[in-house]
Amino acid sequence: MSQDTLFDKVWDLHKVSNLPGGSDQIFIGLHLIHEVTSPQAFGALKEKKLKVKFPSRTVATVDHIVPTDNQSRPFKDNLAEQMISTLEKNCIQHKIRFFNIGSGNQGIVHVVAPELGLTQPGMTIACGDSHTSTHGAFGSIAFGIGTSQVRDVLATQTIAMNKLKVRQIWCENKLSNGVYAKDLVLHIINKLGVKAGVGFAYEFAGPAISALSMEERMTICNMSIEGGARCGYINPDAKTFSYIKNKLCAPKNEHWDKALMWWESLKSDENSIYDDVIKLDASKVEPTVTWGITPGQSVSINQRIPLLDDLSPNDKLVAEEAYEYMNFKPGQLIKDTPVEVCFIGSCTNGRISDLRVAAKVLKDKKVSLNVKAFVVPGSEKVASEAKQEGLDKIFKDSGFQWREPGCSMCLAMNSDKLIGNQVSASSSNRNFKGRQGSPSGRTLLMSPAMVAAAAINGKVSDVREFIN
Amino acid sequence: MKQEFTAPIGKISHIKGECISLIGNDIDTDRIIPARFLKCVNFDSLGESVFEDDRKNLKGSHPFDLVENKNAAILIVNSNFGCGSSREHAPQALMRWGIKAIIGESFADIFYSNCIAIGIPCFTLSKKSIQELQNYIENKSLFLEIDLRNSLAKSKDLNLNLEIKESSRKMFLSGDWDATSTLLENENLIEKKFKDLPYLKFNVLFS
Repeated sequence: MSQDTLFDKVWDLHKVSNLPGGSDQIFIGLHLIHEVTSPQAFGALKEKKLKVKFPSRTVATVDHIVPTDNQSRPFKDNLAEQMISTLEKNCIQHKIRFFNIGSGNQGIVHVVAPELGLTQPGMTIACGDSHTSTHGAFGSIAFGIGTSQVRDVLATQTIAMNKLKVRQIWCENKLSNGVYAKDLVLHIINKLGVKAGVGFAYEFAGPAISALSMEERMTICNMSIEGGARCGYINPDAKTFSYIKNKLCAPKNEHWDKALMWWESLKSDENSIYDDVIKLDASKVEPTVTWGITPGQSVSINQRIPLLDDLSPNDKLVAEEAYEYMNFKPGQLIKDTPVEVCFIGSCTNGRISDLRVAAKVLKDKKVSLNVKAFVVPGSEKVASEAKQEGLDKIFKDSGFQWREPGCSMCLAMNSDKLIGNQVSASSSNRNFKGRQGSPSGRTLLMSPAMVAAAAINGKVSDVREFIN
Repeated sequence: MKQEFTAPIGKISHIKGECISLIGNDIDTDRIIPARFLKCVNFDSLGESVFEDDRKNLKGSHPFDLVENKNAAILIVNSNFGCGSSREHAPQALMRWGIKAIIGESFADIFYSNCIAIGIPCFTLSKKSIQELQNYIENKSLFLEIDLRNSLAKSKDLNLNLEIKESSRKMFLSGDWDATSTLLENENLIEKKFKDLPYLKFNVLFS
């Protein structure tokens, strides 16, 4: 059992009681909600005649269903309109702060909370969305919950949960040029497998992790869940604190000094005990692309799609399903696979640094005529920063469509969808069957820079050929 | 016609029903219920859309479409079932279709807690036992009676020692799986924690 890790410390700090069954009652310091997984929770409160316990500890925004082309109300999609207006009503009724479209702070919940300074070290953070693990980048313990648990957090500010084990993933050296956080996390998931994290929190550590910016750290923690780990985190450091400083909801004045003193004390002890430790060399990671139907099925850009015999018996079943669905032959090169749609966005890679990297690749280049390419900023703030820097113009000049913020084609709950068996190069997080809106659509996950390169060439390409 | 859906309530100690086998590792919640069905403000009509895309693709031969499975209540799955999105819509859709318990090699964490929170016990068995069970079901129907008090599943000719997290088992037997009221019992402790947490003092969010 782990001891003295950041996870242990934050867990113990937030433990309210031992529940009769043996699980722990954990206080949730920050609760984030959105339109898709909250209406039934508010419905249940009403049914049980319960109130929101601490309305100031819940913050709402709207992201999953929002259209990215025309956001005027009412939305064209009646069901989407019903969902946003239900959230609006619930927030008014229960006095919950809501960052709506046009507020300047709307966007994907996991992009918005950090940029508002809501996400801070040492907190527990829960949200009815599996990518809540993103917030672990700040040294918080953050995890996705289902709607019944959203109800519990609203009503009690606590949930019942069994403590997770802790696996440290130590990343030596540094990422090389043209290789990004997305490549590293895809590499980790490939090496460990998509279910290795079940029952674990992942602590990402080592020189390669320390060298990452906060936004890159968010990309890593974001995809912990794709490796099966409900929670992923990084010990906070000076980069973390300076990111938070002066944000809208960051502690101010004498509160800042107190916060900083506490945050600086928050990290895994040098001799802390982990349930498991994995070490890998980040300098060996190359641009990585998924070829299959789970985020673990990836290869580096110059590798071939694995042969069935190269795989463990456990992986064969899903690999066979993947070859068929993706229409790939075992042993085929991933490079030069034609792509029809290119998507830059999502809570994994829809932040300003992602847009900057992609824009740098796209500058003075044109998107291939065979490709539909669009970029969806992660939030209104990302969009406005990008416009100030002229990134929107670079995207548009290259042939990318510039859209309004939202989750968009990461999960395709709005009208941004693949058609038929189109192949997309996507900076999002899931390549599941049907994930991007068409039951036969095919998704290749990669970094935003790699999506930009694929858009220019109309096929999967090595971005290092563009930047070196 | 299926029986009308009634949500489980209170203590759960016995579950019985026909088994339905769904073969495949890493079956994610997008497949269990595609995202377009999440555009709803209640869970009521999700049952009919469970595995919608997989079922359409198999044109009637998906296990959830086979006549012999129409009254099935116990789902037998392989490893990492329910990975991906945290959508509770996935277990809600399974439950509204008729699933009352799931036996598998392993489950994704969030899916597992969602199942517990809505009253669907999830049990595990070894890979080998799951495969044997699935082979058995391929040839003949299997009616299981699960007793949560001793984690045993019995049929005419099978006896299975199921595994389940002890905390989950106790919650089903006591009825505390519907956690809200149990959590609220500690209201004083919650208030105390709210006052004691260091960051809530220097971090007054919004007045």
